[in-house]
Amino acid sequence: MTVSQPQFRAALLDAGRPVPDGLIDGAARPAGKRFDVYRNNVAVSLSEAMRTAFPVITKLLGVQNMDGLAGMFLRAHPPSSPLMMHYGAAFPEFLAALPQLQHLPYLSDIARLELAIRRSYHAADAEAVDPDTLAAIAPDTLMQARIRLAPAVRVLRSDWPLHDIWRFNSTKDAPKPRAVAQDVLITRPGFDPIPEILPPGGAAFVQALASGATPAGAHAAADTDAPGFDPGPVLTLLLQGGAIIHIATKD
Amino acid sequence: MPDASHSFDHLPATPGVGYKPQHFSDLCADAGAVRWLEIHAENYMGDGGRPLAQLRHLAARFPVSVHGVGLSIGGDTPLDPAHLARLKHLTDWLNPASFSEHLAWSTHDGAFLNDLLPLPYTEATLDRVATHIDEVQQHLGRRMLLENPSSYLAFAESTLSETEFLAALVRRTGCGLLLDVNNVFVSATNLGYGPRDYIDAFPLEHVGEIHLGGHDTDADEHGAPLLIDSHGREVADPVWALLEYTLARTGPKPVLIEWDTDVPDWPVLAAEAARAATALQAIVR
Repeated sequence: MTVSQPQFRAALLDAGRPVPDGLIDGAARPAGKRFDVYRNNVAVSLSEAMRTAFPVITKLLGVQNMDGLAGMFLRAHPPSSPLMMHYGAAFPEFLAALPQLQHLPYLSDIARLELAIRRSYHAADAEAVDPDTLAAIAPDTLMQARIRLAPAVRVLRSDWPLHDIWRFNSTKDAPKPRAVAQDVLITRPGFDPIPEILPPGGAAFVQALASGATPAGAHAAADTDAPGFDPGPVLTLLLQGGAIIHIATKD
Repeated sequence: MPDASHSFDHLPATPGVGYKPQHFSDLCADAGAVRWLEIHAENYMGDGGRPLAQLRHLAARFPVSVHGVGLSIGGDTPLDPAHLARLKHLTDWLNPASFSEHLAWSTHDGAFLNDLLPLPYTEATLDRVATHIDEVQQHLGRRMLLENPSSYLAFAESTLSETEFLAALVRRTGCGLLLDVNNVFVSATNLGYGPRDYIDAFPLEHVGEIHLGGHDTDADEHGAPLLIDSHGREVADPVWALLEYTLARTGPKPVLIEWDTDVPDWPVLAAEAARAATALQAIVR
């Protein structure tokens, strides 16, 4: 009687299946409940990984509901690598597709934000351009420069008060969410990612910069999105966040 | 990429602990009896940020052991080349004092199950695991240590004892062994054999490192004890006694305290390391 790894795995992920024959205790009796130790280890460790990865989703749904979702998610999307820092990449789409969560349509965006924060945390280090260097560049020259952003920078667009909901559920004494759509910029000036609200057009501006546009080109893209867009405040956010790591001017 | 400017080429025969980021400041301020650190390889495979910065800082001050938990060396499919490449990248820049992995499988058909799953001890398993160990040692360009598992059940198909299986792997691959004394106690209790008999049968001359950790106590449906290797509490007294029994036979070895769940404040972990120091000093006298 042999037990293959596919048989072991199938029984491991489905508590409804019988324990494979050929697994025994020290007295050669069927392993029975002993097999549940492995089932439990897998379910508990991956539920914990999901709670750690998505603390705001966990707070919004409650630990019990989150653990239930983590179990469903595990069966639909078992980890595809041993790097737990990447586990949960499919969770936003998983949440969006769940019929029982259609009354909480913003959950998926919150999960995207938590995922982006974690990716920013593990992103490669890069030294920021000194603010004085930037200040010394004439505005017209700057608008024609090429800017490289830090690997830790992330931009999210949302139809929901994404930043407000996240902050209300992760920061003590944070104000209640307002009924507005919010795009979010994540920078990592040190080791801790910082999400900030982007003004209208800001997401288009940063995304254009990230794909190689000059500030002038990015300004034009943002202006299409939000007429009258002022790049100043967004450049300040980027600068404060240590998000600009290289500037190549034309001269 | 980071560079460990001065490396420590072996683990000292002193206490070490499994490193937890929440202990960074306390550990840097006063390491107590702790002389070396072990990290889980997979937690340091990101591109940058705080985890790698902390590791660079610590590796300049302590010998570091890289302990993999995700290679699935007992898997019935080929080793994941991407994961092997990540391990090589980590061990190349860090140049750790030791690299170890588990006698277990954890990945099947592209799904990583995040647990150390058991193997039948047969000639077929032996061939497969030996091939995988050869591949790892060749790829990393270093000798590895293989850790004995904690077992909750056995396979009816097994034809070798665990100690015979491990001894055969050492002969065939030249790998060393990581002897987890808590795992010995857990497996022996769960499967009804004597922990000291296991130590007596173990190829102790190939042990490069010893692990200690806490376990939980449960029972199966027959009322038989079922110990769970939880790494979530102090090392149990009979496990300390088994450590003394082992050290009396091996002489001084690097001894690691593992505490991975419900991680305590630093002084509690440091006290466990101090107890390991006492056990090590007792055999030197």
